[in-house]
Amino acid sequence: MAGGRRRRHHFGRIHAFTCGKASLKEEHSLIGGPGFSRKVYCNDPESATASLLNYGDNYVRTTKYTLATFIPKSLFEQFRRVANFYFLVCAILSFFPVSPYSGVSNVVPLLVVVAATMVKEFIEDFRRKKQDIEMNNRKVKVHRGGGDFAYSKWRDLKVGDVVRVEKDEFFPADLILLASNYDDAICYVETMNLDGETNLKLKQALEGTSKLQEDSYFENFRSVISCEDPNANLYTFVGSMELEDQQYPLSPQQLLLRDSKLRNTDFVYGVVIFTGHDTKVMQNATDPPSKRSKIEKRMDKIIYCLFFLLIVISFIGSILFGITTNDDIENGRMKRWYLRPDDTEIYYDPNEPVAAAILHFLTALMLYSYLIPISLYVSIEIVKVLQSIFINQDEKMYYEETDKPARARTSNLNEELGQVDTILSDKTGTLTCNSMEFIKCSIAGVAYGRVATEVERALSRRHESDSGQELKENKNIAKVGESKSSIKGFNFKDERIMNGNWMKEPNANVIQNFLRLLAVCHTAIPEVDEGTGKVSYEAESPDEAAFVIAARELGFEFYERTHTNISLRELDPITGLKTQRSYKLLNILEFSSARKRMSVIVRDEEGKLLLLSKGADSVMFERIAKNGREFEEMTKQHISEYADSGLRTLILAYRELSEEEYHRFNKEFTEAKNLVSADQEQIVENIIQNIEKDLILLGATAVEDKLQDGVPECIDKLAQAGIKLWVLTGDKMETAINIGYACSLLRQGMKQIIISSDTPENKSLEKMEDKSAAEAAMKSSVIRQLREAKALLSSSHENYEALALIIDGKSLTYALEDDVKDLFLELAIGCASVICCRSSPKQKALVTRLVKTRTGSTTLAIGDGANDVGMLQEADIGIGISGVEGMQAVMSSDIAIAQFRFLERLLLVHGHWCYRRISSMICYFFYKNLAFGFTLFFFEMYASFSGQAAYNDWFMSLYNVFFTSLPVIALGVFDQDVSSKLCLKFPLLYQEGIQNILFSWRRIIGWALNGVVTSAIIFFFCIRAMEHQAFRKSGEVVGLEVLGATMYTCAVWVVNCQMALSISYFTYVQHLFIWGSITFWYIFLLAYGAIDPSFSTTAYKVFIEALAPSPSFWIITLLILIASLLPYFVYSSIQMRFFPMYHQMIQWIRMDGQTSDPEYCNVVRQRSIRSTTVGFTARLEASKRFNASKRVGSSTRSETASNHFETSRRLEASKRPEGTTEDR
Amino acid sequence: MSEEPSSTSVSVADGQSKSAKKPKYSRFSQQELDAWQPILTPSWAISIFTVIGLIFIPVGLTSLFASDSVMEVPFRYDDECLPPNSKNDPVAYIKDDTQNKTCNKKLTVKTKMTAPVYVYYQLDNFYQNHRRYVKSRDDRQLRRKGSDNDVSTCSPEDYTPKELGHNPIVPCGLIAWSMFNDTYKLSSKNKELAINKKNIAWKSDRDAKFGSDVYPKNFQVGGLIGGARLNESIPLSEQEDLIVWMRTAALPTFKKLYGKIETDIEDNEEIMLVIENNYNTYEFGARKSLVLSTTTWVGGRNHFLGMAYMLVGGISLVLAVGFLLMYVMHPRPLGDPSYLSWNKNPGILR
Repeated sequence: MAGGRRRRHHFGRIHAFTCGKASLKEEHSLIGGPGFSRKVYCNDPESATASLLNYGDNYVRTTKYTLATFIPKSLFEQFRRVANFYFLVCAILSFFPVSPYSGVSNVVPLLVVVAATMVKEFIEDFRRKKQDIEMNNRKVKVHRGGGDFAYSKWRDLKVGDVVRVEKDEFFPADLILLASNYDDAICYVETMNLDGETNLKLKQALEGTSKLQEDSYFENFRSVISCEDPNANLYTFVGSMELEDQQYPLSPQQLLLRDSKLRNTDFVYGVVIFTGHDTKVMQNATDPPSKRSKIEKRMDKIIYCLFFLLIVISFIGSILFGITTNDDIENGRMKRWYLRPDDTEIYYDPNEPVAAAILHFLTALMLYSYLIPISLYVSIEIVKVLQSIFINQDEKMYYEETDKPARARTSNLNEELGQVDTILSDKTGTLTCNSMEFIKCSIAGVAYGRVATEVERALSRRHESDSGQELKENKNIAKVGESKSSIKGFNFKDERIMNGNWMKEPNANVIQNFLRLLAVCHTAIPEVDEGTGKVSYEAESPDEAAFVIAARELGFEFYERTHTNISLRELDPITGLKTQRSYKLLNILEFSSARKRMSVIVRDEEGKLLLLSKGADSVMFERIAKNGREFEEMTKQHISEYADSGLRTLILAYRELSEEEYHRFNKEFTEAKNLVSADQEQIVENIIQNIEKDLILLGATAVEDKLQDGVPECIDKLAQAGIKLWVLTGDKMETAINIGYACSLLRQGMKQIIISSDTPENKSLEKMEDKSAAEAAMKSSVIRQLREAKALLSSSHENYEALALIIDGKSLTYALEDDVKDLFLELAIGCASVICCRSSPKQKALVTRLVKTRTGSTTLAIGDGANDVGMLQEADIGIGISGVEGMQAVMSSDIAIAQFRFLERLLLVHGHWCYRRISSMICYFFYKNLAFGFTLFFFEMYASFSGQAAYNDWFMSLYNVFFTSLPVIALGVFDQDVSSKLCLKFPLLYQEGIQNILFSWRRIIGWALNGVVTSAIIFFFCIRAMEHQAFRKSGEVVGLEVLGATMYTCAVWVVNCQMALSISYFTYVQHLFIWGSITFWYIFLLAYGAIDPSFSTTAYKVFIEALAPSPSFWIITLLILIASLLPYFVYSSIQMRFFPMYHQMIQWIRMDGQTSDPEYCNVVRQRSIRSTTVGFTARLEASKRFNASKRVGSSTRSETASNHFETSRRLEASKRPEGTTEDR
Repeated sequence: MSEEPSSTSVSVADGQSKSAKKPKYSRFSQQELDAWQPILTPSWAISIFTVIGLIFIPVGLTSLFASDSVMEVPFRYDDECLPPNSKNDPVAYIKDDTQNKTCNKKLTVKTKMTAPVYVYYQLDNFYQNHRRYVKSRDDRQLRRKGSDNDVSTCSPEDYTPKELGHNPIVPCGLIAWSMFNDTYKLSSKNKELAINKKNIAWKSDRDAKFGSDVYPKNFQVGGLIGGARLNESIPLSEQEDLIVWMRTAALPTFKKLYGKIETDIEDNEEIMLVIENNYNTYEFGARKSLVLSTTTWVGGRNHFLGMAYMLVGGISLVLAVGFLLMYVMHPRPLGDPSYLSWNKNPGILR
């Protein structure tokens, strides 16, 4: 397990930087041609020639609408929805005589719906606008002529402006670097917002401009740059600069991109070449894909089905209408003379039955429009916004340290959160904090460091909760906080070596050497705070920094580095005082991923020559001298323990060199370095190899790639919920594997399938001349590896072995090719854990797309850096970690959270709830609209399909708005099947979403049928009970208005009570809305009936005069209410009793009052936990198994064999899924 | 694995600014409101079924008895009142104004009917709920004096024909035009059974929808004559036959109140009917009946309500018993997790 450090091409140049002059390559000849036509007049943007070019300004707009386009564009968006368009057509038609009802009553609901959605759009766009304004109004210093620089807004920058950017500022546009505060005109750039890489990139200006180091020099600076046109490629740039009549080539080396940041450099001067939307970043910005949840997509399908149904019944109605109309005049004789078919409009003309039928078809489409819930979309929008507010308001997802609550940036996907099947996670900054902590070390065979690692903490916590001490959970959460160290990068505690106590240890001299090595063997640069004298370090990777910090804390403070010297303040074991010591730095033998080690050669003050070396155990142990192996056995054991805890280990060793040995080496080394030959690298390598040998082992370090708080617990819960977690990281394989261990995605006894192109044979392939042949060979090698793994997979199915797939970026390139990707996916799905390392942002997105499209399951991508943007946008849901790194990921995410661990609550609680709410809501919507709509159809059968509605116009149009909508919204916003605590306690509940149980076609059709049955009961019971006899004592018979009002009353009662029956969560809100809606109907009926009959028409006094005094009205209502609810009630009592769903089981448990009985819960949970294959629960199980099998007496078994378990038996637990299959 | 608490601890967030965005705690915002969370346990189901049964069966029985106590005597006369020679062409007969339409019939009431006895006419296959028909009226014209010209929705019965001066018709529209015009005279033992035609329409209609100062005008004067004529000297609000007719029926088979007989009719009393068979239902093949009926608190004679109540109540009781039996035979003791196996679906892992 090597310490993971990034390549160090540029850092090696800290000491002696030499700029390879870019030559005028062939591509420069393209300049001036098509695609390379841009001309920039530097420092002269106002000149006549420049203004002719008319390049855009630096204003950036990311909003969807402008003030002028808002109304038409958003209206267009609105009516692109089929349902809305349909209602628009209905609204227009309702002013024509074909309409079965009055126009106004039909337009009002549509207006409300459209206006509500537009307001929402407006607010969302306004937020983007505010961001734009902030961005565009940032200030930067711009040359105003005469050598004066003044602050100007970003938006006002023009192509050709010279700007001065200070340290830690963002570049306002794409610039060509002219000069910096360094004499060699270099600068360091952080490109995190572009590609997510945290290491600094080095840029260097042309020599010709490097002297322009002061404001005043720019007074007369003139130059013309010709370069490529704006394009999206971040890594190429072709251009040339004319300087004093000479052409100099420009390369990406001089290009400073917008949105990257100046680091470690006091200031730079640059000339603007691309502005605003021409910048490479903006060219890269694609419109964020508009995502829709699966439920919504299915909902659309249902709406299409309803449309189909609507058309079918309208069609049937029209045909029958045509036939009856045609019959009205037979042989010139009127049949239904009271309709005057002889003197009629086209709508009822018996002489034109076809035309009448066609026109009637329109009428019917409008009449039955109640099948399509007009308010569905707007209700869902409202509900989702409210749900998002709840997500944002959840204080359990608020992160105190950065003051960041959860932010649902789009409300579209709330319910999708309840259906996530696969999580694709970034590593750095997401699972880990991107900070390394020196946590343990093994020196001279003694293990130091008492702070528990994340894994140990998680395991011990699990132990506690297993033994039923649920109460401790809270305490443990507190402990997580406690274990934070006050010094970044240092979380080490061991009184034996701290505070100088190491001097009293038996091997004090080894410890001294160990610490000194830590302080000397590195490439970090110290920064001394002049005020406090405290030293901080600028290291290229966080683990490097952790070593130097550890050395400092333990008494070896590194405070100065020059080209030739490293100075320390050391604790002298003899005097016990701090003394300054300086080491002459002779050589740095760099780290590379192949070497997996680095060394320095120094001469100490006594003149001794020392080779100090640190590296991965795989390469270091073979380089230890025979007499240096004193502690080897113990160290190895410690390393394996550390590695299993997910720590990064490095072996530290040293040797003294004799003068002549060094001399020889130095000579060879220098020669080799200056050699110009193809195998120069190889020669250098060999020379270094020869000196890095016969080392004396000092010990090992263990650095924890600090996981974010609660990550292992969260992963465990997610695993228990049946969610798969894939890690996609740009890091090296070793690092990724470490983290896999730390997160319990990997563990001892899991079979690792490693697919890597980093094999020797591939190395040799790479050197081949014929690139395409090499590629083909590599590809076939990857395919071969995949096939082998696949075979392993099918064999492991038989003995339930957990497999882990680890694949590197290069192999991934081939694995993602069209003909291979299915194989790869099959393999990956079969594995318990999948880790893709060294993957580029594009690969991350491709993997996400592969999983999303091929498996059809819902994917969630989570990441924090700009390199995750593609993945976040590609996935069904993108979650951004609003951490310390740039905002890019958050900006392109759908939901932003502050910590990975909040994912648990976001998915298991909010996701589950939202999924349940939205799916119940939609089902209910269809139910209530079918229940209502079909009564209209049934009535038509008794009204010769003439299009007469059974109800008063306003009753109908207010059905969806007033009398039935609020309870649905309450359902969508407040309903809970079980409380959040129980959601978290029984993660398997989440499977309801993954398997889409609550929104299956069966369930939808069930609800639809329920709706049709309800409407049939309402209609036929009503007419049978009220038809043609007196309906009350005073002898009056039922007219159209009485029947309509009665049926409507029944419908309002039934749909509201159905709601009450189908939910099991009543807060005062539900009570208020459900019973309030019914009450409101009566109030409305009274109030509307009291208005002058010219408004109320058929509803005039119908309740107070006709209905209320008649007992039959009330008993009919009761009969129909109970009769309509009975089928559902019977169904649900049977289902609850015999086929309870997951949430109902938990409701049972809660009702039995057993949720507080830990033992019982455990029994239930045991039943519920299928063999989860990853997470520390599984790990605990595995270690139990491991210990059990050890006890059985296999004393001969070697403990260190990593594939110890490959062949060992599987325990009951893992067989459980098949074993306990019961019949439903 | 023992956990050693670390001595260094996070500095507790102090100032307000640091946690400015912290969500405010409330039970509402954290979704922890008090809630009643009933679940449908077998005991609940059994109790609810039982309660429904226990309420519905008595209600059903009561309304069944009530409805059974209603006496209803229908008499269909559309066929019987045709002269034998017109049987083949009833339309010609009914359209022929010269023919005598009076028809005398006898009707025996078997059981005693206590006053008030309601007289209805019943038509079937008559689509008063046809959209064209329902819309063919003008409420303003009916209500207000001086709104005679509000006839836009009444076509073709809006104006008198050109040759008659193209005057607006009051009341306009097809409904009024096609008003029922058969008349009945009932007598028993040579004594006339007076039919009271007052207060047969809804009061709200008389008071608010038909004006007391609006008189029929140009009604049934020219062109095609539909049904009844109206006395032009009586205001609309007192033309109760018209008001009843204009409350359109909901279904194609309907009864309308003709009047009330305010004397009892004894059992086996023979009633003489004198029917003016004027209304043309022959053209669309509809039946016409005269119906004598008493009422009770549930209204007229209709067993449906009672039967439906009994049925629903009965089903509920059966279900209650069924559930009870199942519950007794396979009880689920408190906390028995045997129904709570999550592992029924082995497919979910992969």
